[in-house]
Amino acid sequence: MRHLLSAADLDLGEAVLVLDTAAQMAATQAREIKKLPTLRGRTVVNLFFEDSTRTRISFETAAKRLSADVINFSAKGSSVSKGESLKDTALTLQAMGADAVVIRHQASGAPHTLAHAGWTHGAVVNAGDGMHQHPTQALLDAYTLRRHLVGDGGRADATGRDLAGVHVAIVGDVLHSRVARSNVQLLRTLGARVTLVAPPTLVPVGVHAWPAEVSYDLDDVLATGPDAVMMLRVQRERMSSAGGGFFPSPLEYTRGYGLDARRLALLPDHAVVLHPGPMNRGLEISADAADSPRAVIVEQVANGVAVRMAVLYLLLAGGDTTRGRDEGTSRAGDGQERTDVRTDETRVHA
Amino acid sequence: MTTYLLTGARPLGGDPTDVLVADGVVAALGADARRAGAQVVEADGLVLLPGLVDLHTHLREPGREDAETVESGTRAAALGGFTAVHAMANTTPTQDTAGVVEQVWRLGRDAGWCDVHPVGAVTVGLEGERLAELSAMARSAAAVRVFSDDGKCVHDPVVMRRALEYVKAFDGVVAQHAQEPRLTEGAQMHEGVVSAELGLTGWPAVAEEAVVARDVLLAEHVGSRLHVLHLSTAGSVDIVRWAKARGIAVTAEATPHHLALTDDLVRGYDPRFKVNPPLRTAEDVEAVRQGLADGTIDVVGTDHAPHPREDKDCEWGAAAFGMTGLETALSVVQEVMVDTGRLTWADVARVMSTAPAHIGRLTGQGRPIAVGEPANLTLVDPAARRVVVPEEQATASVNSPFAGRELPGRVVATFLRGRATVLDGALVEGTHR
Repeated sequence: MRHLLSAADLDLGEAVLVLDTAAQMAATQAREIKKLPTLRGRTVVNLFFEDSTRTRISFETAAKRLSADVINFSAKGSSVSKGESLKDTALTLQAMGADAVVIRHQASGAPHTLAHAGWTHGAVVNAGDGMHQHPTQALLDAYTLRRHLVGDGGRADATGRDLAGVHVAIVGDVLHSRVARSNVQLLRTLGARVTLVAPPTLVPVGVHAWPAEVSYDLDDVLATGPDAVMMLRVQRERMSSAGGGFFPSPLEYTRGYGLDARRLALLPDHAVVLHPGPMNRGLEISADAADSPRAVIVEQVANGVAVRMAVLYLLLAGGDTTRGRDEGTSRAGDGQERTDVRTDETRVHA
Repeated sequence: MTTYLLTGARPLGGDPTDVLVADGVVAALGADARRAGAQVVEADGLVLLPGLVDLHTHLREPGREDAETVESGTRAAALGGFTAVHAMANTTPTQDTAGVVEQVWRLGRDAGWCDVHPVGAVTVGLEGERLAELSAMARSAAAVRVFSDDGKCVHDPVVMRRALEYVKAFDGVVAQHAQEPRLTEGAQMHEGVVSAELGLTGWPAVAEEAVVARDVLLAEHVGSRLHVLHLSTAGSVDIVRWAKARGIAVTAEATPHHLALTDDLVRGYDPRFKVNPPLRTAEDVEAVRQGLADGTIDVVGTDHAPHPREDKDCEWGAAAFGMTGLETALSVVQEVMVDTGRLTWADVARVMSTAPAHIGRLTGQGRPIAVGEPANLTLVDPAARRVVVPEEQATASVNSPFAGRELPGRVVATFLRGRATVLDGALVEGTHR
């Protein structure tokens, strides 16, 4: 893996490797001393052209837990019409010796351009681009789903396992959602079945080519007993005429597509509720649903750190014998590396 | 003026003959053409066409001389085999007054590489609100006959109706950029399977087709000429076909890129493939080819749209719309239409010279290759192949979607009223002013 630009970049083996590595990273995070020396001396740049405190902090925490040096570069508003171009920003970061660039950008494809235009030699991690992709979100969602739904509901070791047979409903603004696009691809790669649920105005033209079913009726889909329901954030401004007039009112949206206590009760006992955050409580999800025991939304945040540690580790240290600057990592292959990550130190909170 | 003897040339791809070019006209054909003192141009196996006429060129001057000038753009035109181009109105200042169109016309005349016919803006500042002084432009030295807000759509139906009516006074034509603005807010590419995957805001086919349908009906209602620029969808081709069958005075254009390229190319987010209207699906491309083959589409226009490097060397969303085309148009048409048997060279002469000259009401262009006719001629080697290298082109910009691609055909010589602007595939410097 040279970059992580899209969930489609990962084949089944790679996706499972990321999840397994994330599990090992999560185990280290239960220790008293959470920091690993793996990326000591390496520099990770968080290049954020769009506000996202949550994602940035998650990547920052992940990099620091791996002992990387972290530079946060907030370039909001400076990219398109005025100020420094993406190209010049990238050249600057390259000159400063960035080993990895974690990029969040409002333009779909900006990470792809950054990775392929020859402006930087570092690994590029897509932290969300426009309406295109958010692959680490899909990975942390898959990781969370695997923990709860595979291997006897988390009681048995899920290492090496995919999500075959799992049915996930993704509900909400699919049209504008990079989370939905990444999840549809990754869940399919992992063998899960996906049903997209949204009002027809919020489903893209061309969705028929996606490996997912589409429904306009949330109650119908819940009645089929999905193993997980993933609620997407809906921006209130989408209802206005200027915002595109995608639905008549927040209330009508909530009636049709909001997850509330009544709908929660329709789910099978083992089903979990996910949301990428930040939530609009009362719009796409009620407090009853968001705070219910089957909501794993807070856990998703914690898992995000482990998954991003795994991604940075695999991109900067894993399977790359040409670099060799990292410590504590064997050069012998994936199995060896995995062993090394989980060696030493006592698990305190096991 | 130098006299040229073209030996063994095949007019419109027909039987070889000798052609004598003297005193600005085709002076003799066949055995009569052998005359002493003429400079011989070996043309064995080469196809002789009437000089190409482009109804759709962006020369960018005045205002964006960093992208193109009249000088650089008309050099590119001559190398592409063109003897006349229509310079679109979206300059800065806009070509919406007699003064500005006369300036562009003079710049073209001074450059001397091909005839430059400025297109007049339909509305003041391309704002779509009130008519520009169309009559003043028509009666200026530039003698404007083609009016267009190209780049923007004349979207207000009343303004469009008035423009169509008004230009009848001087036999003008309104060339519409068909794009319903509300349906295309923030649009980045064709709306379909690829846009859904890439997360780019879609430019739906219906946004073009709805305007084409409205405009052909308006043209019928007021009895005016309408020209539809860059048809890009199968639905638009169907509507124009229907309108022609109904007797409506509509003509239509296809661009080389809409004849050759599909939206699959956007998958790499390379802004060289960003254009308006956007690249469409393979089905649309096939429909546009069919429309050109069966005469539904009258002309190929380049929509040559140069942009400086910084406007393409960036992320997709920030990049400008448009691609260069003057120096590749004929090769693309040869590849997708001639070499596939869908058009003859005589058809190429029709769609790239005769028909556009007629729509633009040019009298000395798009003429038959016959004794006494103005010697606006293009000599093409259809057997040649070349790799497109934008940095080697005469246009001042490098945003060619065909960069690195091998294309058939090469313009060997171009004659503008008997004067060679291009010989041996190179510009003839120094003699043209």
